[in-house]
Amino acid sequence: MNTAVDGAAPRLHMAREFWAGVRAELPLIVGVFPFGLIYGVVAISSGMPASAAQAMSSIVFAGSAQFASAQLVAGGVPTLVLVMTIFILNLRHALYSASIAPYTKHLSTLWKAGLSYLLTDEAYAVTILNYEREGDNTYRHWFFLGAGLALWTFWQISTAAGIFLGTVIPADWSLDFAAALTFIAMTLPLLRDRASVAAAVAAGVVAVLAYPLPYKLGLVAAAFAGIVTGMLVEGKRR
Amino acid sequence: MNIWAALLAGGALTYLTRLSFIFLFGIIDPPEVLRRALRFVPPAVLSAIVFQELLIRNGAVFLSLGNARLLAGMAAILVGVRTKNSLWVIATGMIILLILNQILPG
Repeated sequence: MNTAVDGAAPRLHMAREFWAGVRAELPLIVGVFPFGLIYGVVAISSGMPASAAQAMSSIVFAGSAQFASAQLVAGGVPTLVLVMTIFILNLRHALYSASIAPYTKHLSTLWKAGLSYLLTDEAYAVTILNYEREGDNTYRHWFFLGAGLALWTFWQISTAAGIFLGTVIPADWSLDFAAALTFIAMTLPLLRDRASVAAAVAAGVVAVLAYPLPYKLGLVAAAFAGIVTGMLVEGKRR
Repeated sequence: MNIWAALLAGGALTYLTRLSFIFLFGIIDPPEVLRRALRFVPPAVLSAIVFQELLIRNGAVFLSLGNARLLAGMAAILVGVRTKNSLWVIATGMIILLILNQILPG
């Protein structure tokens, strides 16, 4: 891996990165697929038209916001409340955007616009790990594209399956736990030093304590607690 | 409520959130403190999600030996620390969860 210049054609590097991104995303897709199915079922039962339920998976493309929307549609809230809920639930993506930004700086506006659309929790998770590896970053936006498109494709398919089959995967399969386990597998390699361990523990504790906060703000509070803790620990050791 | 208006507006705001720093970075160089902070975003966010997945059940903290997801997750973490292999983490966690779900009540 990461042989920067080995004489191979750029096209080969692009394809290699793209498919590496697809492969890295696959375990997450296993975890996400049942969510897409269940979202489709919930959206329909909330009274959302099938066309809107499906369109939401491509226009908003964010699981937690889509689940919340389905609930709010069932409750018949005003349009503005629904919009603000989607916005606040998705604020965490600004953190991902900031985290990815240094690596996408050299790309064209079209690439930036396209990759931003694909910047979900799951695509971010594998993409940032790839960017943070040692080695040549020239073609790693293709990895991002592969991971993002793979997730996008399966999210649309799982939503459609949920809408049209109207069935739920039996809860006792616990397939959604695969997503949590995948997050564990991705977090462990990041805990390289004392500061990042401190960041992870602080964020985890705050995430649990602040869970009751509305609009998933607990996750935002946790992220900030982790970042500040990590910086403090790092600062002390300098 | 206009579902389509909400969908388009919510989608546009979500997109702008995702685009925000990716777009601005080429124009504004981030200060050093932000660069230092960004290193901790992945471990913080991922760990926050993991803690919630393992410790929150039905909207409340579930810290107990009866929490199958917590036990399976901790076993998966131990396997991950030892093997450094993602597939082992996922396989161990799923198998232990399925076994515990048979043993533990509710």
